[in-house]
Amino acid sequence: MNTFYKKYIPYLFLLPAFVLLAVFFFIPFIDTILLSFKDFSTDIYNPQFIGFSNYIQLFKSKEFYTMLTNTFLFLIMVVPILAVLPLIVAIFINQKIKGVNVYKVLIYLPVIISIVVVAIAFKWLYAQQGILNYLAELCGLSAIGWLTDTKFALLSVAIVTIYKGIGYYMMIYLSALIGVPKDLYEAADIDGASEIKKHLTVTIPQIMPTIALVVIISSISALKVFTEIYVMTKGGPLNSTKTIVYYIYERAFENLDLSMASAASVVLLFVILIFSIINITCFENKRYKI
Amino acid sequence: MIRKIFKGFISHSFLILMSFLSVFPFIWLISTALKGVDENIFEYPPVFIPKCLTFENFIGVWKQIPFMAYFFNSLIVAGFTVVLNLIFSSLAAYPLARMNFKGKNFLFCLVLATIMIPFQAIMLPVYLIVLKLHFVDSYGFVMGYLGLILPFAVNAFGIFLMRQAFLSIPKEMEEAAFIDGCGVFDIWRKILLPMTSPTLALLAIFTFIGSWGEFLWPSIVLTNKALYTLPVGVNDLQGMFSANWRFIASGAIISIIPILVFFIAMQRYFISSQNEGAVKG
Repeated sequence: MNTFYKKYIPYLFLLPAFVLLAVFFFIPFIDTILLSFKDFSTDIYNPQFIGFSNYIQLFKSKEFYTMLTNTFLFLIMVVPILAVLPLIVAIFINQKIKGVNVYKVLIYLPVIISIVVVAIAFKWLYAQQGILNYLAELCGLSAIGWLTDTKFALLSVAIVTIYKGIGYYMMIYLSALIGVPKDLYEAADIDGASEIKKHLTVTIPQIMPTIALVVIISSISALKVFTEIYVMTKGGPLNSTKTIVYYIYERAFENLDLSMASAASVVLLFVILIFSIINITCFENKRYKI
Repeated sequence: MIRKIFKGFISHSFLILMSFLSVFPFIWLISTALKGVDENIFEYPPVFIPKCLTFENFIGVWKQIPFMAYFFNSLIVAGFTVVLNLIFSSLAAYPLARMNFKGKNFLFCLVLATIMIPFQAIMLPVYLIVLKLHFVDSYGFVMGYLGLILPFAVNAFGIFLMRQAFLSIPKEMEEAAFIDGCGVFDIWRKILLPMTSPTLALLAIFTFIGSWGEFLWPSIVLTNKALYTLPVGVNDLQGMFSANWRFIASGAIISIIPILVFFIAMQRYFISSQNEGAVKG
């Protein structure tokens, strides 16, 4: 194309977006790293550069390992189910049956509702004399302290995250299923393959890249979990649901311990960076044509 | 034939079960909200249809909580977040899709890099910056709103989405417009934007949903209850009515009405399987 624009024009178009990205992404990003090397405890307005002391203190604290363990336990609870269950739902939805749109709308519903409301709804289900404990008693179990027992609290939070994610990942799988060539299923039909075998031998290999994508996306969002925990448990009981973002929030905005908060933020940045690099090298570079 | 009927039966059973599980927590909230003080909400076995159905909880919570104010705050924040995202994303996407200039790849990679920066990891410096710029509610409503909106007024995902949309428009369209004496800005506004309106709609809807449900950031920056958005206000119910689950349930239900209306009105955008591009990490 002929250049029908003046040299400065492209920058003019980019300017508003880049000013905002600079102020709210790039500068805070650099700040996070700088703050993690500073000591705020003596004078919060005049922090001193102290090298790696914050990191040493962080890595020495027991709480750090508790919240790191919780975060990865949470990831392990959430990701496999979010990779498999929405796929099963999508396979069922992707048939020529009546009422598919009604099912789709109902299953997608939790996605659009604020996580705060979802968490409150579950808190009510999880109540000591709540409906889930009634079901537990029907099954002959004693009442479970869903959010008050250290053994169950993290799992209870994970159930909420899974609940809210099913519809979202179902839509991702649905758009992938549409791309699976129909003749592959016809070939499997001729071979007399059963429904389940058809999906194991045709569907899953065909949409493997999407499954991997869902694993990465759901892992990254599991690492960033916060609101469910804030609304339901506030990190308790006994730190059993304290994950990395909750820890950062608590340090930064409740204890005003900016040093620990920044050091933990850098750890979070680092972990997410690893997942993002896997994501970009495997999938996104084709999509975004870098 | 029998096999087909059996297959249909299995499919419907499974999907009905999933749909039921999906709406069940809300049904239980509604059921609780409709029960009066004379009815035991902890009764075993649980009662779904209230014996003496009443709206007094809804009226009670409505009188004590300024839901309309929360709703307007949410609307202002989500509305401006959407509008700014559409404008800034599509402005930035145009040169990245169409023009050749120095540093294009570098700038594009910078945008790409922001995907890898989770907000949760940088929220502390963002908060310090917002404080320094006085974008907080102690400096008045407008500043409070700005603090809620500006950090989310542009995101890499929107820029990518618009860039992809612009790339799919034939270049000849712009060249023809240029020959007709159209300026660059007019090409953007009169040709590119109208031609990518489906993508703009998609971006608008998903940005709106995200902004509407946002909790972490508003709960950090807001100090004045008058500026609470719906999610912050709903979370606040727990503290206000500590054990009064009838009121908490009623408030939670009231708070989801606007987004439900929006969802029903826009459902074809949400459940169409063509939104692959709208998938956000």
